[in-house]
Amino acid sequence: MITVKEIENLANLARIKLDNEEKEGLTKEIDSILTYIDQIKKATVDIDYTPIPGAVSNIFRNDIIESISSEDRERILNEAPDREGEFIAVKKIIAQDFDE
Amino acid sequence: MNNIYMIDLKTLTIKKAHEAFKKGDYTCVDLTQAYLNEISKKNKEINAYLEVFDDAMEQAKEADKRFEDGTATLLTGIPFAIKDIILIKGCIATAASKILENYRATYDATVIEKLKKEGVVFLGRTNMDEFAFGSSTENSAYGPTRNPYDMSRVPGGTSGGSAASVASMMSLVALGSDTGGSVRQPAALCGNVGLKPTYGAVSRYGLMAAASSLDHIGPITKNISDAEIVFNTIKGQDIKDGTTIKEDTYKTKRIGRKPIIGIPRHFLGGDGIHKDVLKNFNDSIEKFKKLGYEVKDINLPNISYSLSVFYIINFAEASSNLSRFDSVRFGLHKDGKDGIDDFFVTRGVGFGKEARRRILLGTYILSSGYYDAYYNRANVVRRIITQDFMKEFEKVDIIMTPTTPAPAFKIGEKVSDPVAMYLEDIFTVTADLTGMPAISIPSGFSKIEGKDLPLGLQITARHGDERTLFEVGKEFLGE
Repeated sequence: MITVKEIENLANLARIKLDNEEKEGLTKEIDSILTYIDQIKKATVDIDYTPIPGAVSNIFRNDIIESISSEDRERILNEAPDREGEFIAVKKIIAQDFDE
Repeated sequence: MNNIYMIDLKTLTIKKAHEAFKKGDYTCVDLTQAYLNEISKKNKEINAYLEVFDDAMEQAKEADKRFEDGTATLLTGIPFAIKDIILIKGCIATAASKILENYRATYDATVIEKLKKEGVVFLGRTNMDEFAFGSSTENSAYGPTRNPYDMSRVPGGTSGGSAASVASMMSLVALGSDTGGSVRQPAALCGNVGLKPTYGAVSRYGLMAAASSLDHIGPITKNISDAEIVFNTIKGQDIKDGTTIKEDTYKTKRIGRKPIIGIPRHFLGGDGIHKDVLKNFNDSIEKFKKLGYEVKDINLPNISYSLSVFYIINFAEASSNLSRFDSVRFGLHKDGKDGIDDFFVTRGVGFGKEARRRILLGTYILSSGYYDAYYNRANVVRRIITQDFMKEFEKVDIIMTPTTPAPAFKIGEKVSDPVAMYLEDIFTVTADLTGMPAISIPSGFSKIEGKDLPLGLQITARHGDERTLFEVGKEFLGE
């Protein structure tokens, strides 16, 4: 039975703020879903891992910058909730001042 | 403009529209106007469209120009509805979520780029379950979509808006996305054709990612020919999507005789399957036998794990994909008490219930101590299930099941029982797990409470063998 504390831990990892009522409700829902997916523990998994033709493989390209138009750049920057000129603005996240 | 009254939208196909444009029976503007009229009559109640693009007529005018100067192609001027998860540059795309309520796409999806080249008309963006999580379009932040066959019922999901638009003649063709059945299931519940192509056949560049190893873009249409035309236009290897395949990646040989049908009878016996669905399925098989098809029983010994495998992978990949919504670079921003708290508050209010639940489950599955028992194990079993299918494809050429376990359910019926909702996908998830192409074709109706509710037949083929799906589907529907 998943606990509220575990839900809080998950919410913290996932950066989602939940209210207490939701946390309670989620324990039941998540339990029933986990019970369902736990079926997978019954599957036998000794297999010969031969590659399937056409299976996905890594594609590489050279790490060079391809430029985009200034118009496209504007579109992208415009989507930022807080923009300062050519920059996307964020709140300060470092608490201390490192004045050595 | 008086010509629009002679356009029979009910029987219209891509080819018919194209011929009419060429002969001058009506113009692209006429046809777009006809659909816009249907939308203004029906969309308020059905809620298939979240937005009708105000430049639809402009697009139609451009299409007409191409008929004048001789550069028109088969898809020029054809009105499309696009699921709200596929990016059209400059247009809003929300994935039916509040967290992207005002987001404007900054680039075209590859499929959109290809369709723009043909000169299609994008009528608008359609409703869906938020971030493609669901099976009914009830998880939309913008209200549910209603099934045109019975307005008290769901159209299916997550591409419910797309399916409902085609079914109610608010578009000729629609694009949807399919992660666990989200093109095929709503197509079935709304009496349409829905195709999930081979994984990698259609580029996912510009499709907002739900679960990247499971996502596919596919067409929802009224008939097989239209699905085939759209598929042939949107497919192709794409340098911007490293998972796309080449034409010859899967060397599918032309089957020199009638394809042999395989049925996993052992999987169709449970009492989770509606009696009308089973009867209709058996009737469809009889129809194939009369058409000269051989039918064999096949065994898929691990198929009962498909749903749990699917949801483990889905939750894990979705939680990872949705971490991009950080309230900083795009989308909703709500203030918390500091920079980090901004993330928590924004994501807490911006995501809907099902999205939050799946992110938490995905986080659980991927956390240390569980990663091996769930995610790694699921991937191994996924491979086993795929091998089971490939083994049976040595004996048969296509595998058939019903698309859904039951006809459309009532709005509100399953929304508070997540596991019951997940069971809707029981027949469709396998094709997303294996990557094999699968199509749902309208196979009949189930009469419930005086309404005829559509049913679908699902056909799965070998990797890369969409051609057989089209051939068999056309024969079944008499196209």
